[in-house]
Amino acid sequence: MTTSTSNPSMQHDRREQRLMLLLLAPALLVIVSLLIVPLVWLAWQSIWQDGGFTVINYQRFLTDSVYWMTFLQTFRIAVVVTLVTLLLGYPVAYVAAALPQRWSVLVLAMVLLPFWTSVLVRAYAWLILLQRTGIVNSALKNAGLIDTPLLLINNEFGTVMATIHILLPFMVLPLYATMKKIPPELTMAGASLGGSPSHVFTRIFLPLSLPGMIAGMVLVFVLTLGFYITPELLGGGRTYMVSMLVSRNIQVYNEWGAASSISVVLMLCVFLIFRLASLLIPFERIMGTR
Amino acid sequence: MILKFSTLVLSASAIAFSAGIASAEQITFVSQGGAYQEAQTKAILDPVAKLLGITVNQDSAPDAWPVIKTQTATGKPIWDVIDTPTQDCIRGGQQGMIEPLDFSKIPNAEKMPAEYKSAYSVAYEFYSSVLAYNKDKFGEKPPQTWADFWDVKKFPGTRALRNHPLATLEAALLADGVPADKLYPLDVDRAFKKLEEIKPYVTVWWTSGAQSAQLLADGEVDMEMAWNGRVTAVAKEGAPISYTFNQGFLQYTSLCILKGAPNLETAVKFVNAAMTPEIQANFPAYIDYGPGNPEAYKTGKISAERAAEMPSSPENAAKQVLVSDEWWSSPAGEEAQKRWASFIQQ
Repeated sequence: MTTSTSNPSMQHDRREQRLMLLLLAPALLVIVSLLIVPLVWLAWQSIWQDGGFTVINYQRFLTDSVYWMTFLQTFRIAVVVTLVTLLLGYPVAYVAAALPQRWSVLVLAMVLLPFWTSVLVRAYAWLILLQRTGIVNSALKNAGLIDTPLLLINNEFGTVMATIHILLPFMVLPLYATMKKIPPELTMAGASLGGSPSHVFTRIFLPLSLPGMIAGMVLVFVLTLGFYITPELLGGGRTYMVSMLVSRNIQVYNEWGAASSISVVLMLCVFLIFRLASLLIPFERIMGTR
Repeated sequence: MILKFSTLVLSASAIAFSAGIASAEQITFVSQGGAYQEAQTKAILDPVAKLLGITVNQDSAPDAWPVIKTQTATGKPIWDVIDTPTQDCIRGGQQGMIEPLDFSKIPNAEKMPAEYKSAYSVAYEFYSSVLAYNKDKFGEKPPQTWADFWDVKKFPGTRALRNHPLATLEAALLADGVPADKLYPLDVDRAFKKLEEIKPYVTVWWTSGAQSAQLLADGEVDMEMAWNGRVTAVAKEGAPISYTFNQGFLQYTSLCILKGAPNLETAVKFVNAAMTPEIQANFPAYIDYGPGNPEAYKTGKISAERAAEMPSSPENAAKQVLVSDEWWSSPAGEEAQKRWASFIQQ
């Protein structure tokens, strides 16, 4: 008698595993051939140059001030964007979660509507709104609040503004999902026991919404790190983000190795951020599956 | 009778066969797309295809340089002839990605000035980086030189420059008093030092031609360095914009052939035909960029008024500085390009 026949449930398990693997095969094939292989090739280009291994592409991170200044500016923008989207997104999610179903659908639709408009179109819309002769500046001027137009665009401010606008849904949606699951009985109980509204909020609601906050912050932060069109169009040439450094290395200097190394380092940064975040909340929750 | 009929069929098929060969001769031509490539299709590509009886397939790449590298790296490029900034042809040639040109097979380029040609390229069309300004802002006394552009007291207003050192470093040196004929080799340190002066007054460092046009049209900047074709397009739409060719930077894109091009022989024939003065003279009829072959101005096809708007007309060319692609392809030029990124960031 073999063990496999002695244990029919185990045999069944194994068959099911095989079946699952078979079902997963097409997806795995796509991921391996279209994601893993190109990424390995990308990384390979940064260490293999002119028929030999080299670390020169990574040395530049230590020696070239442009590199770390670009990463510094990118991370600075990401921090600002993340904090502002949290401040703006939290009340929206709170209201959407507190409202009855049909009203919350309306609020979420309003959050999502701009989300379906092309990033490029929205960048130009900001250009029209914020430029020197734009609507905002001329309104302020007509109101007598300013004499000379404010520089709202073609700088880091304009870039941050447009990025926040684009990424706000990524903050609101995970927050909403988390808040919706907080049992209203808990806050009611807190209130009935004599807690003031602010006390109930800070001691009960806020801690329970923390997973949603972390999920939203990680998503927004990581997505900001890869922004390209927005800083390119609204940064006025001064805002220089990592993705632009990659494109310049290919288009201007034709240095694919350098471009690859920058992508690899940025990717490692993203992995690290996810790893750190997963210490706080499980990875699945960041991606919103649970 | 039967025999005669079969010879008839045979000869007919032979004719069809040779005709098939003739129409099979083709090349793939690549330019930068958009209105510019459309204009070329009418001005140059269609007439050349008709003249040679070949098929000209087209492709476009706003920035051909990285594609040149990837295509030639495989040893089997798809493109034959490219119209690209001359620098790409020269540095591409030095790096073994561009075929050297045999000028004995390109007689149409014979009378062209030596500085319009290199071992790998021949000037195809001219454009100019000019000083453009808002007429409403400056009225009777607009800025006319780069020294004026740098003079923020006499000419207050917002400014824009291209986010690229080419022509920008040259402008800084002219503003600093370097004579136009002594620009090259560029004093890069001096140029960057002069640029630091104007940097706080530059609101935008533009990256695309479309962006430079939008800045002028919307009144976002009062003066900027921009490509003449973009400026005239904005002015034609009614914006109060003007420009001067004075101290403009004359640049040209060149035709060059990819190393190992699939249709090398036809490609050389194409280049020669594209440089025909009569065909080159078609450029001004479709776009505000000037013919690469100055002989085109002698064909009588370009009116005096139109010539005055062309960056490469002898009269306008004399007011301008010819950008040295040779210098920009040299190690010093490459170094200046790398230094640009850190200049912009600080």
